Amino acid sequence: MYLSERPRTEAGRRAPAPDHEGEQRRDRRRGVGGTVVLLGLVSLLTDISSESVSAVLPLYLTAVLGLSPLAYGFVDGLYQGVSALVRILGGWLSDRADRPKWVAFAGYGLSAATKVFLLLAQGLGAVTTVITLDRLGKGLRTAPRDAIIAASAPQHALGRAFGVHRALDTTGAAIGPLLAFSILWFVPGDYRGVFLASLAAAVLGLALLGLMVPDLRPRRRAAAAPSAAPLVTPSWRSLRDRSFGRVVLVSGVLGVLTISDGFLYLSLQQRDSFAATWFPLLFVGTNVAYLALAVPFGRLSDRLGRARVLVGGHVLLVGAYLLAALPSGGLGLTVACLVALGAFYAATDGVLAALTSQLVPAGARARGLATAQTVQAVARFGSSLVFGALWTGLGRGPAVVAVAAALAVAVVACGWLLRGLGATAAAPEAAA
Amino acid sequence: MSTRARLAVLLALAVVLVGGTAAYLVGSRDAQLTAARAAPAQATVAPASVATGPRIVFRNTAIGPDYGRVAMVPLSDPGGPRAITDTSCDRVFAASGHTLCLGSETGVVAAYSARVWADGGGAKLDLPLTGTPSRARLSDDARFAATTSFVAGDSYSSAHFSTRTVVTELATRKSVDLETFRLVHRGRAITPADRNFWGVTFAADDDHFYVTVQFSGTTWLASGRLSTRTVQTVRSDAECPSLSPDGTKVAYKKRGDRRPGDWRLAVMDIATGRETVLAEQHSVDDQVEWLDDATILYGLPGEGTAAAESNVWAVPADGTGSPRMLIAKAWSPAVVR
Repeated sequence: MYLSERPRTEAGRRAPAPDHEGEQRRDRRRGVGGTVVLLGLVSLLTDISSESVSAVLPLYLTAVLGLSPLAYGFVDGLYQGVSALVRILGGWLSDRADRPKWVAFAGYGLSAATKVFLLLAQGLGAVTTVITLDRLGKGLRTAPRDAIIAASAPQHALGRAFGVHRALDTTGAAIGPLLAFSILWFVPGDYRGVFLASLAAAVLGLALLGLMVPDLRPRRRAAAAPSAAPLVTPSWRSLRDRSFGRVVLVSGVLGVLTISDGFLYLSLQQRDSFAATWFPLLFVGTNVAYLALAVPFGRLSDRLGRARVLVGGHVLLVGAYLLAALPSGGLGLTVACLVALGAFYAATDGVLAALTSQLVPAGARARGLATAQTVQAVARFGSSLVFGALWTGLGRGPAVVAVAAALAVAVVACGWLLRGLGATAAAPEAAA
Repeated sequence: MSTRARLAVLLALAVVLVGGTAAYLVGSRDAQLTAARAAPAQATVAPASVATGPRIVFRNTAIGPDYGRVAMVPLSDPGGPRAITDTSCDRVFAASGHTLCLGSETGVVAAYSARVWADGGGAKLDLPLTGTPSRARLSDDARFAATTSFVAGDSYSSAHFSTRTVVTELATRKSVDLETFRLVHRGRAITPADRNFWGVTFAADDDHFYVTVQFSGTTWLASGRLSTRTVQTVRSDAECPSLSPDGTKVAYKKRGDRRPGDWRLAVMDIATGRETVLAEQHSVDDQVEWLDDATILYGLPGEGTAAAESNVWAVPADGTGSPRMLIAKAWSPAVVR
């Protein structure tokens, strides 16, 4: 057991550790492991920090700095686009130095530092710089952080570990706006107070990471394992494994067929008076579903196989599209659509990280995670452009249906491509 | 460092950070309250005394419990004591005994509302509003209402902001989104996917109106007709139009070659198309209102940290003179004649 879940490349080289049964008992007792929860709390605090700022940023930029909504749109575009670029760099640095914690620390640190400048920034130029740096920090930290999660959770519970992390992360994203608007309620118009609270949350998250999260060195540890291969420098070549390539291909193909949430909400809004009046609630509905389902779907992926849940999650997305494409709506259908969308994220976001971690050798894990996630992000951005054109050309309903149909076909094809990959918890028993 | 020592450091840091932030917020709130107390007491009068005569309706922005409330002053004494109502609005407009109020309540989720009511009481009418309130106008006889809000999600890449402008006939409660109108540009009907409308101003005939339309990165002053559901571009670089009471001039904000978010006010003579830039040298981000056929009103943010305490200024519409503050701590003026 335990060994058979290792990626094939590693499994053969490793003899059973003498106390691996004790190790498993400890795993069960500890749940997902302290490090994963700590990293979840770091993300929670950091998300409180960043989401409290982004919740008030449109108000601050337009009401206090007096920018037009167009200038705001420009800033917002930066906010979304920058992080994908540096993500690969973060993964590479992390593997290269074998220091995921400190690369992640640098990323979190950069974002925290930008909150100081936000306190001083005046005008569009300054705010734009600050936001760019903040997103650079996010790009830098994501892959090494996921690599620590992968290194500190037992292989058979990777899905659950990522589920716990993403649930805590989303909780922070929900608390952030609440905190920001509570502050503005307490001291009307004091955006400086919001930025200060954001800085405090970021620094606290940074301290939690720096002081409490162990400085794991995945590559050295893998090398030190009994009968391990010699310490090798991680290289892009180690990602050439065919199963990893298939995962990257699948995340790209499915990413291209993933309509951005904004379009989906807009589609709901155009047919439905509830969605039109309570537009901002749609984001919350999706987040609540994601939050509630991240851990259960993570566990499910450990049991059924991560590839299966990853691809199966896109069936939920097809469901969400069909619900959104119906000519008329109503509260029930809208809520069902949001739950399906949240469930899709729960079944895919952490699970992709878990699957990637499982397939990539420890020494190249951060760059493996960065590669898979970046391919997905770039594919989703391309999807926005394509879908925008489809919407203009075909109209709302037909465009959504067309993508849903293509996605349904892609799900079958991707299921076939990933068959046999990432089978997990059932395996240990069978091997035992 | 031992685990215990690390925990101690973390705990100390948490106390300093949370305590420091809390202390700042309490101090800031205290300073605000003290400033509100120290400020010369805002002279107020009962709404009934002002609510019937010629008046300026606006949003009170004096920091304090009445921040954001709808207030009014007699047209004859704009700087005098104001009457403050119980209603809070982000944007307010008034005409022919009706008030249009765009509001938002921020919380975990922000809730937005657009309401019209007759000043004498009676049912309040809810209008469609899909996002952050931006512009509000009633036609002179309060038959039509126009609202503009910022909505998220309209753009091709994630959550860029765009606008939605809706005109509602109050009696029939029929609403129409201007993006469904035929858009004519240089003689041809076009349907750019990125078109956005904002800032309607109605003509006296309840059919013609002016509005801003933007597509392909350029803003245009456009004239429209409700009866034919058509909007036609008139001139570029003109936003948030406002028609003069006599219907001969239209005022708007324009950017010229200044950076984004830096606007100056201008007035165009409709008959000749001649444009006059006004004397105000600050950037104005507001849909202006006409005090009379020769003077326009607009809001500007307060100085420095008092940015939320905006003021209403007046400037001659012919490009001469200089701006003067007409109503301190006020925003979103509407003149009821």
